[in-house]
Amino acid sequence: MSIKNEILKIEHLHKAFGENVILKDFDLSVKSGEVIVIIGPSGCGKSTLLRCINGLEDIQSGKIYVDEQPVIQGSKDLYEIRQKIGMVFQSYDLFPHMTVLQNITLAPMKVQKRKKEKVEKEAIELLSRVGLADKKDSFPRQLSGGQKQRVAIVRALCMHPEIMLFDEVTAALDPEMVHEVLQTMLELAQSGKTMLIVTHEMSFARAIADRILFLDEGELIEEAPPEEFFTSPKTDRAKKFLQTFEYSKK
Amino acid sequence: MQLMGIELLLKGNNFLRMLSGLWVAVRISLVSVILSIGLGLIVGALMTVQNKVIKTVMRLYLEIVRIMPQMVLLFIVYFGTTRVFGINIEAELSAIIVFTFWGTAEMGDLVRGALISIPRHQYESAEALGLSKLQTYLYVILPQTLRRLIPLSINLITRMIKTTSLVMMIGIVEVLKVTQQIIEANRRTSPNAAFGMFATVFMMYFIVCWPISLLSKHLEKRWSDR
Ligand SMILES: Nc1ncnc2c1ncn2[C@@H]1O[C@H](COP(=O)(O)OP(=O)(O)OP(=O)(O)O)[C@@H](O)[C@H]1O
Ligand SMILES: [Mg+2]
Repeated sequence: MSIKNEILKIEHLHKAFGENVILKDFDLSVKSGEVIVIIGPSGCGKSTLLRCINGLEDIQSGKIYVDEQPVIQGSKDLYEIRQKIGMVFQSYDLFPHMTVLQNITLAPMKVQKRKKEKVEKEAIELLSRVGLADKKDSFPRQLSGGQKQRVAIVRALCMHPEIMLFDEVTAALDPEMVHEVLQTMLELAQSGKTMLIVTHEMSFARAIADRILFLDEGELIEEAPPEEFFTSPKTDRAKKFLQTFEYSKK
Repeated sequence: MQLMGIELLLKGNNFLRMLSGLWVAVRISLVSVILSIGLGLIVGALMTVQNKVIKTVMRLYLEIVRIMPQMVLLFIVYFGTTRVFGINIEAELSAIIVFTFWGTAEMGDLVRGALISIPRHQYESAEALGLSKLQTYLYVILPQTLRRLIPLSINLITRMIKTTSLVMMIGIVEVLKVTQQIIEANRRTSPNAAFGMFATVFMMYFIVCWPISLLSKHLEKRWSDR
């Protein structure tokens, strides 16, 4: 285990689309091995936050450091920093013209210039961990949604990232496929990966998180360990939000 | 007489002359198509940039090509340049220039369409993996673009082959011109040869273009769901 502590640091992040302010003076610090779950109402800026972290969005002010390197859109270092960040999106974003194996090995070979045989060997090992080794020569269109998302996770992992970002990776899945993907993520968390997860699956958030961040309208409203957050939320906004997940007959 | 002119094909080396005329037409379109595909990829990429000036120039180029009859372009390049600039461009080269000028614009527009049909998350997930802009295009965007492009560009190729019949207007002896010459020369002995001979030309174009459209259909089917 490395003793490197802070993998991700965000200071006074300010992000707007034109007049529309999305993130206001946002701070966050993530230590190596931590699993952070971000929840909050739709449109509160969760996806935007993740996209800022790996430089897919420009920011108006503030600083983002990954592994002590500043993330600056348009800088040359960005390509290097992105290798430290694995990201899985909600939409199935595999490359449709490549097989599963080609999808996984493309970036390690072209970006990190690693040897083909070694990368393929590792890819197959990772695939078998998620139970998909037999799909290595399939094309994405031949896979179910859940299988695609697990391949996308493996693809990100194969770059040996320092931190993994997940943006509602199960939101577009049929219910029976949600479980297999979340299980994969749980195993990843147990293996010590640093993870930043956006999800609407509350029981999953409770099980996996070291810390819950509750966002509303671009601001960090509440931050707490999962048990505390879900059993006794401190703020009214968090209480209200959690109530939207409960059903009762009036 | 009953043969409606088909007998002329067997006279002397007429058939061979027609074939070599066909080869001239195919040669011009082949060279133009290859150049158009290469240049069209660049022009198509330029058409998608945000820069207003480049965008306007490209739009203008495409409009000019669409509005202007190819024959006028041929005359401008072949006759016009000699007069104005004092350079003498050979007929076949003129044809290739005009066809490439035309093909590049059409191809560029096809490339533009194919490029913008690739969803944004394809670019983003490639970049999120650390691929550079160039690598993203090379390994992720272009291969998908080409798959969408090939059936469409094959359609353009057949259109080009057909349009080469215009080049006889600037003195190039291609299949149609050869056929005319043969008919003229045999006016006395076979006055009704025109139908049979032009029908032969029709068959020749058909035999060249048909496999090309078959290929396009085949590729379209094979790649439709990737
Ligand atoms: N490219 C963009 N241009 C302008 N506004 C945008 C853009 N992307 C997002 N927004 C706006 O930013 C706000 C935050 O969006 P974001 O996608 O980060 O929300 P979210 O918390 O991920 O929501 P959800 O739970 O629905 O995914 C929304 O109001 C959205 O309309
Ligand atoms: Mg979102």
